Amino acid sequence: MSSILVVAEIADGKVKKTTHSAITFANLAKQTLGGSFTILVIGAGAQGAASELTGFGAEKILVADDASLKDYVAERYAPTVASAAKGFAVVVTTASSYGKDLMPRVAARLGAGYAGDIIGVIADGSALKYRRPMFAGNAFGIAKVETAVHAVSVRQSAFAPAEPTGGASPIESIAVTAPGGAAARVEFLGVEAEKNTRPDLGEARVVVSGGRALKEKFQEVLAPLADTLGAAVGASRAACDAGYAPSDLQVGQTGRIVAPQLYVAIGISGAIQHLAGMKSSKVIVAINKDAEAPIFQVADYGLVADLFVAVPELITKLKAAKA
Amino acid sequence: MTQSGSVPTDAADLQISIEELVASVTSRRKEEFVVKILVSLKRVADPDNANKVKIPASGDKIDTTGLEWKPNPFDEYALEAALRLTENGQQPKVRVGEVVVVTFGPKETERELRSALATGADRAIRVDATDDQLDGDLVARALKSIVEQEKPDVVLMGKQAVDGDSNQSGQLLAEYLDWPQATFAATIEEEAGALVVGREVDGGVAKLRVKLPAVVTVDLRIVAGQSVYSTKTARTFKYNDGVRFAALPAIMAAKKKPLVEMKLAELAPDVKLKVTYGSFQAPPARKAGIKVKDVAELVDRLANEAKVL
Repeated sequence: MSSILVVAEIADGKVKKTTHSAITFANLAKQTLGGSFTILVIGAGAQGAASELTGFGAEKILVADDASLKDYVAERYAPTVASAAKGFAVVVTTASSYGKDLMPRVAARLGAGYAGDIIGVIADGSALKYRRPMFAGNAFGIAKVETAVHAVSVRQSAFAPAEPTGGASPIESIAVTAPGGAAARVEFLGVEAEKNTRPDLGEARVVVSGGRALKEKFQEVLAPLADTLGAAVGASRAACDAGYAPSDLQVGQTGRIVAPQLYVAIGISGAIQHLAGMKSSKVIVAINKDAEAPIFQVADYGLVADLFVAVPELITKLKAAKA
Repeated sequence: MTQSGSVPTDAADLQISIEELVASVTSRRKEEFVVKILVSLKRVADPDNANKVKIPASGDKIDTTGLEWKPNPFDEYALEAALRLTENGQQPKVRVGEVVVVTFGPKETERELRSALATGADRAIRVDATDDQLDGDLVARALKSIVEQEKPDVVLMGKQAVDGDSNQSGQLLAEYLDWPQATFAATIEEEAGALVVGREVDGGVAKLRVKLPAVVTVDLRIVAGQSVYSTKTARTFKYNDGVRFAALPAIMAAKKKPLVEMKLAELAPDVKLKVTYGSFQAPPARKAGIKVKDVAELVDRLANEAKVL
């Protein structure tokens, strides 16, 4: 008997890594709720993607694969997810842009309370509560969902991706639930993907971020360092607002939230809203010429230096250290 | 013959096809299309001072004493987007729609509503409530009642409020209304009866066309100079980046704009919350780090102490 439904995220017929964080949540939650978990794979190509998930210990894998689900829109996905979720205590996905768009709509259909972007699970007797960052990460709220069914999304960086445990979960197809009138009024036109050969910010082991101090030399200074470290590039809101970096690189409360093994902040002062997006990183390095910059209060290693001198030297020494 | 040429005197003059008729009516609708937008606006603790958020030893609440209040930045962006969608851009500026702002809060949140009116909104609604009476779901259900009364073409909202960071009211409202949603909007282009919205998604921008009425929640880039275009605004027009500020005469004039109060229980008879917060915790403090003397020491420590290279 499953108590938790994990909603997988797929793209181009493959399971996205975000899904593995939601599975980790399920493994934690079942210790309190008892029972097992089920995975729902939804979208065109879900049938093929489902086979990637059979070794993660799910009781079964539900598949909703239909031409009408070719391009993701919440209006078409939510009805089927909500139908599949009937009978489960918790329906969970990862708080990617997909999960954040979809899950509240599912919650509304289920009459469920929604706790979004959670970073921890707390057992309260036989029930679950959820730890959520609020106020730009300056407080953690313990959310109690008052409805019988809980809708949850988990912050990817707070739940390490689940590893396969073996076994072979059976795959079962389910029918698509007819959507409401809203679905006929939305048309997916396409995605303009970032032209980016570097790792995704949310998944990178190393992130190199730049602030306003880089000025027009943002790319020129940071790109070689990112290449040397195999890192994703991020930016502070100030650098984005000033037009030195594209907005989709923004790390912070209002941008992407990251927690890599190594975060290198270059010329970033450390505004609260930026810290909210990176302070869970394992090791933080800050290079800034202002010794009083708040970034140094969260940095494990701080270097007070002119970044235009220090960064090229850092690249040289990193290359030497690797050689 | 004194009849004017507009009066058909010959059967041939009546031969206008259904297609032509539909085309003519549609094009007239396009010209006359006037959008009405409802914008929700939440007052939050000043996010730039969020480090002043205190949690008392009891841990049962957030201590807000000493915090300054501001409109939620994402809601200010939603208001800016609404104003851009209801005007022609150029000088002299012509307004071609209506913007109604709504907030849920105590009497003093009328200050934030008045500033929204001063920047260009036409009317305001305050739903009398305090934050502890509300969650994202109740706000969505009450907004649904307001939408049914006001019948806007678009509900524009911030993608999240920066106090609770919950990111759900817009999506919930869209489902309760059975309307399409376009969340995390970076760009909005108005067509007659529809919006083409560029959504911020992981790894790029996804474009949706939503037929009105629809719910749109906005992200940061919506206030860039060339992000929002109404049907009246030339695509070459470039706004100043960011939100507009009210001029002094507008601030005076805003005092006379209509502001009505509504009761929460009348909008949403079931005021039971779906998510509650009985306790709060301070995030763990990071242990103090060290300053390294030079790049060589930094590389050495990263390689041999932190072992992250």
